[in-house]
Amino acid sequence: MATNGEPLLVVEDLVKHFPITRGIVFQKEIGRVRAVDGVSFTLEKGQTLGVVGESGCGKSTMARCVMRLLEATSGKITFDGRDITKLSARDLMPVRRELMMVFQDPYASLNPRKRVGFIVAEALEVHKIGTQAEQKRHVQELLEIVGLNPEHYNRFPHEFSGGQRQRIGVARALAVRPKLIVCDEPVSALDVSVQAQILNLLKSLQRDFDLTYIFISHDLNVVRYISDKVAVMYLGKVVETADREQLYQAPKHPYTGALLSAVPMVNPEMARARKTIVLEGDVPNPVNPPAACRFHPRCPRFVDGTCNVEEPQLEAKAPGHLAACHFPLESWPLADLRLPAGQTASS
Amino acid sequence: MALLEVRDLKTHFTTDDGVVKAVDGVSFSVEKGKTLAIVGESGSGKSVTCLTVMGLNPSRGVEISGEALFNGRDLIKLHGEELRKIRGDEMSMIFQDPMTSLNPVHTIGGQLREAVLVHEKVPKQQANARALEMLKAVGIPRAETRMEDYPHQFSGGMRQRVMIAMALINNPDLLIADEPTTALDVTTQAQIISLMQRLQRDFGSAIILITHDLGVVAETADEVMVMYAGRAVERADYKGLFYEPHHPYTWGLMDSMPTLSGEDTELTPIPGTPPSLLRPPEGCKFNPRCRFVMDICRTEEPELKEVPGSPAHVERCHLDEAVKQAEIERIATERLGAVS
Repeated sequence: MATNGEPLLVVEDLVKHFPITRGIVFQKEIGRVRAVDGVSFTLEKGQTLGVVGESGCGKSTMARCVMRLLEATSGKITFDGRDITKLSARDLMPVRRELMMVFQDPYASLNPRKRVGFIVAEALEVHKIGTQAEQKRHVQELLEIVGLNPEHYNRFPHEFSGGQRQRIGVARALAVRPKLIVCDEPVSALDVSVQAQILNLLKSLQRDFDLTYIFISHDLNVVRYISDKVAVMYLGKVVETADREQLYQAPKHPYTGALLSAVPMVNPEMARARKTIVLEGDVPNPVNPPAACRFHPRCPRFVDGTCNVEEPQLEAKAPGHLAACHFPLESWPLADLRLPAGQTASS
Repeated sequence: MALLEVRDLKTHFTTDDGVVKAVDGVSFSVEKGKTLAIVGESGSGKSVTCLTVMGLNPSRGVEISGEALFNGRDLIKLHGEELRKIRGDEMSMIFQDPMTSLNPVHTIGGQLREAVLVHEKVPKQQANARALEMLKAVGIPRAETRMEDYPHQFSGGMRQRVMIAMALINNPDLLIADEPTTALDVTTQAQIISLMQRLQRDFGSAIILITHDLGVVAETADEVMVMYAGRAVERADYKGLFYEPHHPYTWGLMDSMPTLSGEDTELTPIPGTPPSLLRPPEGCKFNPRCRFVMDICRTEEPELKEVPGSPAHVERCHLDEAVKQAEIERIATERLGAVS
């Protein structure tokens, strides 16, 4: 994918904690959900950053903070050379034009009582772009671009199928010519055949309109298909980030390894021959995340005295390949993620 | 003899707009201890097929015909009380959404106990012991204390385990799993799949797995049936289906799936959407979306016929065998990666 090397979005040490309070008049904080706990990344123009992780790992919260739909607890978000972390609602208005979002559920994210034309044109109205006639023409163009019939301008969302609704969601995001679109699980509610249509649409729009995407998904196959860079999140932190091929061909973090090995393969003989690494248990509660490395209670490479004492930093394990692990994977694929004998003492 | 033998099953719903042929002449069989996967897009009739077999369709506005022989009895002819005795005992079902298929106002232990007590006259304590044993078997940690917990205190993966425990508590011969892992993360999905495989080995149940994820099928199925618009378009053992897929719809499903192992080629989606079952297209029901459509496809619906040389493999397509072989080769290299 063509990139011009400038960062469009720089996120530094983003933190979002949700306080848990008790009491009605005198509210007392009794704990906090550490949904996002120190996430940093840089995204270049024209690129796609894929964000993967299990539910509850903070992917969506992170995206909502970047969109300024949630106020970050701390950290800094620089968009197009401008610090937008603390901008007031009024100063944020012009920035909002450039940051758009496509949501997961195409049934819930379109107002059932509004016509498609209105839904797509609403952002134009808000930002006072064009006269009514111009808006209508623009919306019809957009519908055509995303592969819908422009004559369906006056229809209601319920008259469309799931895939068509997601196209409407994409047209809406595209209406004000944004620079960055955050796609939060845009295809997880769709059938595979329709999913492929939407993925191809997103890819061709990226080429035509020079778009930058943050693409959130729990489906590693989909992320591989669409992303240039991938960040793997676990319990509010990025545990590994690298260029797509590097991450999929040579994962360093055992969590990434476990995720990759759990993805079903379509070749039945390969699928049945390989050994799946089944992670035990669920993602721990982010109110009380495990000490030091947050993955240590589930990690097959856990080393007592290191992993539960010292938190690993996100650092380069290979050029451009960052991972937060004391004992990164030596090679891939591995049938057994456990540390080779004798490795423990020397590392 | 097969455990479940379904012949020419039809489920037609009468609506104000006309008759919806949700299932239109489907035949298949499941052997003891084996897994049959039913694959297709939403609206292809996979779920309705299984609901009909379970006798869970609404009683009004529906016309059912055909046979479903299960342990020698025809399930279609059985009535309410007789079916209720079989359901949850000799055959049971796991639903897609573990969030909504447990009763939120009863404890997990109570719901498991109920599943036993409905079918057997045993003391409550004995039912309790069985419930506890099942919870342990599906890998719920601290099962003794969790028996008294309510569904909202469990995570999605844990609830799906509870559903599986409930379905298997009476040691059924047949388990129908309707998209059991679709709502779950990959890691949890891997846990649930390996759990189902282990329990199948231990209890010897047959499984009908409904899914749209070909990856899950590749990992678990013995036989596969691909459905489209209420009909089976292809049926084969898993090797036949993946290494020698014969129907353009099966190819379409494979081409639209992004994979980790395949080459980095553009995905080829199936154009359009599944047809309305109120007014299905003339001829082959897949013809409006098929890349290989010929004149005959628009007028004449192909019969389900055997693939030359493999009698267990049937498909429903007019295309010439040579064209099919070329596609099979393309898919093997592009989509499946090297065969190890």
